Amino acid sequence: MQIIENIYSILRSIGLVFMHAFHKRETVQYPDEKPYLAPRWRGRIVLTRDPDGAERCVGCYLCAVACPVGCIALQTTEDETGRRYPEFFRINFSRCIFCGYCEEACPTYAIQLTPDFEMCEYKRQNLVYEKEDLLISGPGKYPDYNFYRVAGLAIGGKGKGEAENESAPVDPRGLLL
Amino acid sequence: MMSILWPLITIALALGIMLTSASALVWLERRMLALWQDRYGPNRVGPFGLLQVIADTLKMFFKEDWIPPFADKTVFFIAPMVIMTTALLSVAVVPFAPGFSVVDLNIGLLFFLAMSSMGVYSVALAGWASNNKYSLLGGLRASAQMISYEVFMGLSLMGVVMLAGSFNLRDIVEAQEHLWFCVPQFIGLVIFCIAGLAETHRIPFDLPEAESELVAGFHSEYSGMKFGMFFVGEYLGITLISAMIVTLFFGGWYGPILPPIIWFFLKVFVFQCGFILLRATLPRLRYDQLMSFGWKYMLPLSLINILITGAIILAKR
Repeated sequence: MQIIENIYSILRSIGLVFMHAFHKRETVQYPDEKPYLAPRWRGRIVLTRDPDGAERCVGCYLCAVACPVGCIALQTTEDETGRRYPEFFRINFSRCIFCGYCEEACPTYAIQLTPDFEMCEYKRQNLVYEKEDLLISGPGKYPDYNFYRVAGLAIGGKGKGEAENESAPVDPRGLLL
Repeated sequence: MMSILWPLITIALALGIMLTSASALVWLERRMLALWQDRYGPNRVGPFGLLQVIADTLKMFFKEDWIPPFADKTVFFIAPMVIMTTALLSVAVVPFAPGFSVVDLNIGLLFFLAMSSMGVYSVALAGWASNNKYSLLGGLRASAQMISYEVFMGLSLMGVVMLAGSFNLRDIVEAQEHLWFCVPQFIGLVIFCIAGLAETHRIPFDLPEAESELVAGFHSEYSGMKFGMFFVGEYLGITLISAMIVTLFFGGWYGPILPPIIWFFLKVFVFQCGFILLRATLPRLRYDQLMSFGWKYMLPLSLINILITGAIILAKR
């Protein structure tokens, strides 16, 4: 009886495979049909600006340190008001593994990963993105966040104690008297 | 003048049809396999990817036609030609429609069997001439497999011959005008299909070229158009076996409304798809399973089939 069972099993599998003719095809025909990318997709890295339009990056080097492949290079400088910003900011995307650690490390939400992966180049050198290639005009994922507006640091146009949720500085000598 | 011209036209037409359908089958197989595996298959080159065939052929033509220095050059050269020649020669006896076949041999069926047996030379010689372990193993397997499956391939057809009373394929088709032989000769049909699969070394029986065991078996060393000939030979074999199944068991060109030639090719198409469906479904047999299946089940079954058919014919007389 084993043989009848086997024949039935073979015929059944032929039937099952045949029924796949009426199933939906799994293929996504990529260039014609774009796949859905999740909002948190880790793709091309951008540098965002705060709501006022100034660069968010304060050049703390945490992203460069967090980067497991060492593809981020930057140099910090300061403007005349004491505000820090990167003099140059370079990401070598031919090295980048899109792990998102830079985004996690960033204290000012400046560096962010976007749902875009179509960045092929014919020349490897073209995958090295400079600051002007990385900077976008908007605030990215955190539209209202402005580091200098919440931080206690004094910069041009904002003195000590003028940040959000910050009380005016107290004079410790006055307390002693 | 017409008496010379007409056979020439028939030959050209038959060759054209067979070669076109063999190359179209390459495309069809990829598309159908894809369909049954929920993919698309080649759909980029031309409408529905039809020009893929031309692209592949062009690619094959421009590949280096390399003969390994350790090979037996003459035999290496001849082997791929044999498989194509035998396959195309068997086409000569296929009755496509009434009055449309290359020759009307009165031993057409025997000629077909002889030619399909000759095909084994190609595979065995290719395996031998390549002077390569894997190729030789493939050739060995192929010769053992084809010789043992050919025995009951011939035997399974004897029922049909007994019922039709002729070896002439045209007479066999005409004998099926009222009842296709797939009904009285069902066992014969099943055995012939299995033997046909083995003869064309298609997937459940593709041991001679078993990719996962023998690289590519007997054609491991072949490249360029020589490989192409094996390739086309295999697909010609599928078309041929399908055509024979249709001729012998499914009433050849008979069918309502549509013209005979259309019916013939429709039926052939269905069986070609059947071959592809089997490829999509079944895994490869082990070698000892293949042999014991052939000798222990198929051969006795085909003999019993002959016995019963003969008894019934005698009883009816």
